[in-house]
Amino acid sequence: MNVVFWILAVITILGGLTAVTLKNTVHCALALTVAFAGLALLFLELDAQFAGFAQILVYIGAVAILVVFAILLTRGSETPSEGVFSRTWFAGLLIAAGVFSVLAWAVLHSTAALPHESNVPAVDVRQIGHALMGRYVLPLEIVALLLTSAMLGAVIVAMHEKGEQK
Amino acid sequence: MTPLAAYLLVAALVFAIGLAGALTRRNAILVLIGIELMLNAANLNLVAFWRYGPHPELLTGMMFAVFSIAVAAAEAAVGLGLVIAIYRHARTTDLDEINRMKG
Repeated sequence: MNVVFWILAVITILGGLTAVTLKNTVHCALALTVAFAGLALLFLELDAQFAGFAQILVYIGAVAILVVFAILLTRGSETPSEGVFSRTWFAGLLIAAGVFSVLAWAVLHSTAALPHESNVPAVDVRQIGHALMGRYVLPLEIVALLLTSAMLGAVIVAMHEKGEQK
Repeated sequence: MTPLAAYLLVAALVFAIGLAGALTRRNAILVLIGIELMLNAANLNLVAFWRYGPHPELLTGMMFAVFSIAVAAAEAAVGLGLVIAIYRHARTTDLDEINRMKG
């Protein structure tokens, strides 16, 4: 493993850790953006340029902005007086630690069925476009439909209720 | 440690961090942030298996990750819309106080 991978892994994990532990919710959103950027760079390190740039566009460009908007529209940036962690935080932490130990055990003890070093796949955007328009055209259309209906649904859910005085 | 195992370990750690965030925070938006982290960890797994798998030229894992990113974007939009609707109704995003489905 090269040093770039470890730097990116440390950035991603630190970003994720700060995103779930900081008290101020706006700071959490900024740390989440760092974690998303680290994951996008890990995708680029894995030679998946298209997925990496899609990650940057969708997550850093849209989801992080949406989260910041939601925080500012609610009063989420105020730190509650009774603490930011729920009453059952210890059980949640135990469950997360258990899940991680099981996953890590499975990864470290699995037999290496896959080749350790494969040739770098030469993937250009033309191939991806052909795949999207050929083999994956049905999932693409379904995703288009899903995005449209999700957008309409989000607008309807967040719209003012009728008769509500503002 | 093989490169694939290293990537899978990082993805497992990010997943566990997201799970811990979703299970321990009070604020509904922070719970959504944890869920986003878990989805991203799954995407990292998909791309890593694609890169070190036997047939990377078939693009299967990467396509799966791209579609998963699109679905996660839809999920984030609907989830945050729901949080805003609940906030307008209950004047709080504290999940310990939102304990009734009937307003």
